[in-house]
Amino acid sequence: MITIDAKDMHYKELNKIIRENIASGIKNFFLENVNGQYYIGDGIKGDDITITVNGVPGNDLGVFMDGPSIIVNNNVQDNVGNTMNAGKITIKGDAGDVVGYGMRGGRIYIRGNAGYRIGIHMKGYNTQIPVIIIGGKVGSFFGEYMAGGVMVLLGLNNSEELAGEYFGVGMHGGTIYLKKKIDFSKYSKEVEFLEANDEDMIFLKKYLIEYANDFNLQAEDLINGPFYKIVPSSARPYAHLYTSSAL
Amino acid sequence: MLRLKNNFSIEHDIAGCGLCGIINIRKIRTNGEDIKKAIALEHDRGNGLGGGFAVYGCYPEYADLYAFHVMYDDLAAKHDTEEYFKNNFIIEKQESIPVFKTSKINDHPILHRYFLKPKSDREDRLLHDLGDDDFVVSSVMLINSEYDGAYVFSSGKNMGAFKGVGYPEDIADFYMLDNVEGYMWTAHNRFPTNTPGWWGGAHPFTLLDWSIVHNGEISSYGINKRYLEMFKYNLALKTDTEVIAYILDLLIRKHGLPVELAMNVLAAPFYQTIEKMEPKQKELYTALRQIYGSALLNGPFAIIFGYPDGMIALNDRIKLRPLVAGTKGDFTYIASEESSIREICSSPDIVWSPKAGEPIIIKTINTENISQKQRLIIS
Repeated sequence: MITIDAKDMHYKELNKIIRENIASGIKNFFLENVNGQYYIGDGIKGDDITITVNGVPGNDLGVFMDGPSIIVNNNVQDNVGNTMNAGKITIKGDAGDVVGYGMRGGRIYIRGNAGYRIGIHMKGYNTQIPVIIIGGKVGSFFGEYMAGGVMVLLGLNNSEELAGEYFGVGMHGGTIYLKKKIDFSKYSKEVEFLEANDEDMIFLKKYLIEYANDFNLQAEDLINGPFYKIVPSSARPYAHLYTSSAL
Repeated sequence: MLRLKNNFSIEHDIAGCGLCGIINIRKIRTNGEDIKKAIALEHDRGNGLGGGFAVYGCYPEYADLYAFHVMYDDLAAKHDTEEYFKNNFIIEKQESIPVFKTSKINDHPILHRYFLKPKSDREDRLLHDLGDDDFVVSSVMLINSEYDGAYVFSSGKNMGAFKGVGYPEDIADFYMLDNVEGYMWTAHNRFPTNTPGWWGGAHPFTLLDWSIVHNGEISSYGINKRYLEMFKYNLALKTDTEVIAYILDLLIRKHGLPVELAMNVLAAPFYQTIEKMEPKQKELYTALRQIYGSALLNGPFAIIFGYPDGMIALNDRIKLRPLVAGTKGDFTYIASEESSIREICSSPDIVWSPKAGEPIIIKTINTENISQKQRLIIS
């Protein structure tokens, strides 16, 4: 275990210390007084590594990460978990814009709200299923061009507006689950809005229990349905963008 | 060799920059240390080719006079420009802008400031009858485009811009902003990618009391420029941000639009959003889009607009640049990154992000300017 005081430390130095300590076998990291340092945990590997962040980390947290866990006890800024492959990022506060861009594995759990462009270009393959769970609400472009993986929008803070505009636009793979029924008619015409079935609930349950434990919530409250799901109506929504649909 | 007159044959500027703003709604004045600290946290958003600050409430003893901050390439430019000032303005006071040469900023133009009042019998009165504000605007346009090696970078009352080539924290040291006090500060860290970093190209861009710091790219620059030229604005700086300052001068001062509506011109609601509005609103926003189509800003942007009554933060309509706000008591902070706010205010009351195209407007409440010598201290 190692505690690093990141006060006034440049991101280069902080990330160098983290990498050197990982190389020398340290598994548990506590970063104190973090404020705005970019690229924390980027590209690091190892399922047994945990980094706890106290303070607001800078942009690009956990980018390309492959296995480790990051726990942030505050808000995070933009571009968390870009192209993340495996591991877990737990955020006790709110998240900024563009969470999990092109994410291809692992989990990102956000207790609060998240900004614009969450989970855009997310993808999955066989057992490699990236999962993002958001406790509050999200901004526009939620799941835009989503190609795979799972997102869950809980709306726990009872805000009127669960998501902004352009929800699921261009979505052609993966699933978005909602704990609240919304009028989806104003959103994307490329997706279908359904009630989640038993199979969906079995899948969701294990993630929601973990989410509840991470944030000290009552698991039963979270799991209680019904849930709703959004799935693409076609794997190729733009197949006929430049050609006649008769072809 | 420094050249202020920007003769670069480049259409516009693309930048990925850092922004900060601090306002005290009771107009309690604080020095430049906090804004320097906040923008310094965003050091890596810039590349040392431009940093600057706007401060409001910094010249209370000359509050009725236009405070001109001017950059000169050489003494000849200074001489010629001062001739123009002498012929057209009563020069209440003039002096070098106090600077402190550091190892970081040691190559700079001649920096001079003038506290001016337009003469009532000035020559232009023979031709037309411009009000004082209009005359100041036409003087700024004239000097910036016609006077070689001279550039007016600030022309408001009881406010000033301090900017140059360098990282903003070094620019703050250069202008000794810890000795300057104001109730509102904005700051900019520049990362120019399409025009060279030159002293005049640093943000903020100001005209009269308006100031703008901007992160992003105004793709509609060409349309905006041609539109402004119809109203005799002269775009001499070839940097996209310039259009925002002049559009707001046109909309707010000349056309009398409330600032809220002016923001809705810059980031107009999409027609599909207008379609869903109540009839009266729909009529208003349709009219605004029709009349001011050429003043619409296209492209990704986050801006902080300063004016004497407050500060406005605005994103483009699909939020392609970051913007975060936080408040603590009478202070409101705006920044490109939350950590920038927390650097000077570790536990804000609330932190939030504006929605795309929806301005955050923080207005001051009417009180006398109170000087508070010490640095603002927040838990």
